[in-house]
Amino acid sequence: MDAFKNWVARTGMGSVLVLALVIMVVFPLTMDIFRLNLVGKYLTYAFVAVGLVMLWGYGGILSLGQGCFFGLGGYMMAMFLKLEASDPESTKIQSTPGIPDFMDWNQITELPFWWEPFNHLPLALIAVVLVPMVLAFIISFAMFKRRVGGVYFAIITQAVALILTVLIIGQQGYTGGVNGITDLKTLLGWDIRDDSSKYVLYFVNAALLIGVILLCRWIQMSKLGTLLLAMRDKEDRVRFSGYDVAMFKVFVFVLAAGISAIGGAMFTLQVGFMSPSFVGIVPSIEMVIFAAVGGRMSLVGAVYGALLVNAGKTYFSESAPDLWLFLMAALFIGVVLAFPNGLAGLYESHVKPWFSRRKSVAKPAASAGEPPAPPSAPTHKSAPPAALPGGVQGQSA
Amino acid sequence: MSNTDFVLAIEDLTVSFDGFKAIDALTLYVDRGELRVIIGPNGAGKTTLLDLICGKTKASGGSIKFKNVEMTKLQEHKIVRAGIGRKFQTPSIYENLSVFKNLEVSFPRGRSVLGALGFRCTDEVKARVQSVADEIGLGDALDTEAGLLSHGQKQWLEIGMLLMQEPELLMLDEPIAGMSVRERELTAELLQRICKGRSVIVIEHDMDFVKRIAHKVTVMHQGKILAEGSMDKVQNDPKVIDVYLGH
Amino acid sequence: MSFDEIYNIALMQGFAGLSLFSVLLLMGLGLAIIFGQMGVINMAHGEFMTIGAYTIFMFSSLTETYAPGLVQAYFPIAIVAAFFIAFAFGWLTEWALIRHLYKRPLDTLLATWGLSLGMQQVFRSTFGPKEVSPTLPEWLMGSWAPSEGLDIPINGLFVLGLTAVVTGGVLLALYKSRWGLRVRATVANRAMANATGINTKRTDRLTFAIGCGIAGVAGAAFTTIGSTGPTSGSLYIVDAFLVVTFGGAASLLGTVASAFGIAQTQSIAEFFLTGSMAKVLTLLLIVTILMIRPQGLFASKIRR
Repeated sequence: MDAFKNWVARTGMGSVLVLALVIMVVFPLTMDIFRLNLVGKYLTYAFVAVGLVMLWGYGGILSLGQGCFFGLGGYMMAMFLKLEASDPESTKIQSTPGIPDFMDWNQITELPFWWEPFNHLPLALIAVVLVPMVLAFIISFAMFKRRVGGVYFAIITQAVALILTVLIIGQQGYTGGVNGITDLKTLLGWDIRDDSSKYVLYFVNAALLIGVILLCRWIQMSKLGTLLLAMRDKEDRVRFSGYDVAMFKVFVFVLAAGISAIGGAMFTLQVGFMSPSFVGIVPSIEMVIFAAVGGRMSLVGAVYGALLVNAGKTYFSESAPDLWLFLMAALFIGVVLAFPNGLAGLYESHVKPWFSRRKSVAKPAASAGEPPAPPSAPTHKSAPPAALPGGVQGQSA
Repeated sequence: MSNTDFVLAIEDLTVSFDGFKAIDALTLYVDRGELRVIIGPNGAGKTTLLDLICGKTKASGGSIKFKNVEMTKLQEHKIVRAGIGRKFQTPSIYENLSVFKNLEVSFPRGRSVLGALGFRCTDEVKARVQSVADEIGLGDALDTEAGLLSHGQKQWLEIGMLLMQEPELLMLDEPIAGMSVRERELTAELLQRICKGRSVIVIEHDMDFVKRIAHKVTVMHQGKILAEGSMDKVQNDPKVIDVYLGH
Repeated sequence: MSFDEIYNIALMQGFAGLSLFSVLLLMGLGLAIIFGQMGVINMAHGEFMTIGAYTIFMFSSLTETYAPGLVQAYFPIAIVAAFFIAFAFGWLTEWALIRHLYKRPLDTLLATWGLSLGMQQVFRSTFGPKEVSPTLPEWLMGSWAPSEGLDIPINGLFVLGLTAVVTGGVLLALYKSRWGLRVRATVANRAMANATGINTKRTDRLTFAIGCGIAGVAGAAFTTIGSTGPTSGSLYIVDAFLVVTFGGAASLLGTVASAFGIAQTQSIAEFFLTGSMAKVLTLLLIVTILMIRPQGLFASKIRR
């Protein structure tokens, strides 16, 4: 039992367990399907935020173009669903039956060859993660091998997000344009729109998210996680210890892209459409704030950050849309200036000490038996205060 | 360029920044098992020379051969993997990580992305970390956060991180800068111990320290080698005296 | 189509590119001097441009209401006002926000993005969500036809002249004024500049404010070629960033060259392709070149 306790403390599994309870038990029990579906949508953004914790918090690399990968993942999924929804029978009023409606509206008479693979679910699922990861690899390999980082890299990612948005909107015959890909109905004949499938999709999504967090936690605890922190601190020392620093950065960027893409695909499945409004500059940078609010060093915090900011957004943009933008502005500035480690940082610095004070009052002598290595356990979880703005130290430019 | 018995053979090495030749047609050989000290006035190009050897700066011309393999075109991490370790002038350690982690990360296994993911801290690694930590006098401080160490201990920790890599050529840039007298003595002993079985290049200003450790001394001036030989010989060389005392 | 016609169309298309060049250059210039000196990228830079544009609009409305006789004359005064109002807000921003973030360039990106959101909402609340256009004086209208079939719009010429004056002024100030000397000293070695008695904090604030002021002038120039909305500035921000990085940060000559190159590429591509594909092509070209040559066109010697 003590070994298990130690393991939980060392790996930070406690917080993951609590999160799993909250999203897989508490939410489904307390919410109706409409709300739960909304939460499911927020949780798809949490994938991006979790990816950003790895990329930005651990790797010190800020990307302002994560929406690009989220969107690509979503589009790959949407393309499959759209083709399934566009069987010749249900599109027989079109001048060319059997192709997606927006193609028909744009006088396209034949399915473009690069749409063909999306007739098959396995290929589409592979494309969901592979296409964004390949794009991420190309961008990051070119930049990191040439030692471009920091602000430069952030701007390039932003430009890539802009390019993709303009491209999708401009090529509406092939992409559905500004409306995106809509009217998605079934997945291999299974209606994704009725309540029971929404429940199923919610749980699939939640399980995937927990799985991704576990994967990231495992990476953080491996030597690679230590190396990421080391690189953020003293990049040259890592390089002159025999590591190809660029490849580690490429890895974490590609990882974040793949994770975001899974979120995008789950978004399409749960919400029933995908559009360029989730790809561009504005959504991309908003996704950064999810991670920042939750705490850029905390995987679990990033999920809460995504939930909280999006719940706030939904609430305020209905009741007081003007106010919401000001709140968002305040959030960006406030998080950066006052709470660089976000909610997780507040928890570590305020809630946790309070708990342990209460504990030590409750059982003063009981814990004397075995001190579970307090100073060393949390070191990898949260950097010490001196390194709060750690994401930017040692960056170029 | 023919092959030699030297562990490091630098021939005709040149690097220029906008026409200014920081290293000018320099030729230098280092023997196996030798502890070489490079001295010279500020701006002589000592640190630049180390930068060139470890690949931080790319040479404009000439050759650097380590165990008869050309190094000038290799990427930095490949040069390190070939067996060259370099310590920076200011202690360059991971302040947020523990001493143990600092040393563990420097262990030369699991250096690729996948290797790092699959790396396990086995008993062998732990034993190696412990022995290196004992060597540098930090055996009791494994759990300490590196940022909390004293300046001298940080210098030693960085040397320890290099020892973890078991390099055949170790390059130290001013290892005793900012150290107390006692720490200097300990460092001198440490250097004498660790140069067994490997070659060491040290850049240093402190002449007493140089006298204590050097097998052979190279004096650099304006990107060139001014004199080379034993400490006594170099100290009595009129050219050297002129550079240090003249002008 | 005869050769003459093609020649004229090419010339006019090229000139259309020059208007875009002017706005990009003025935006980029401000960003570049701020980035060059402080390493700070101001995501709200576009909103300072919008401030300039709304200033012109306010002047135009006020003149029309209270002094209709002066409609022909208000414009130059309004440009100066645009500079100073943007300058003042820049000064304020540096004091309230930027100076706390100098060591954290990535966080500055986020904080200034937040600022831009807030500013956009203020514009929306103050001027309404619809785009507005100032009444431009008549002498800015019409076009100049040096030869048959060739029409050069006068507002374009004016904007070009304005850009030349501002760019010249900035260069002159950088290399001749006390401020310029302080800026160059700070860029070269901040600690040393401090040690020689230069108040680098004051210099930072002044530089930031001047950069924002120039963005204000960019906004003034913008009103002559487009209408102003709350998000007008944000449409140019990525392009302006690319101008700066593509030109090679800290090189003003590079900024001029890259603004010209980007504007002309886009303008020429627009002639052959749809607007959006021209944009995609231009951006893709820049990003590809930056991947191959990340230091930009005119790299300073020391980077990283």
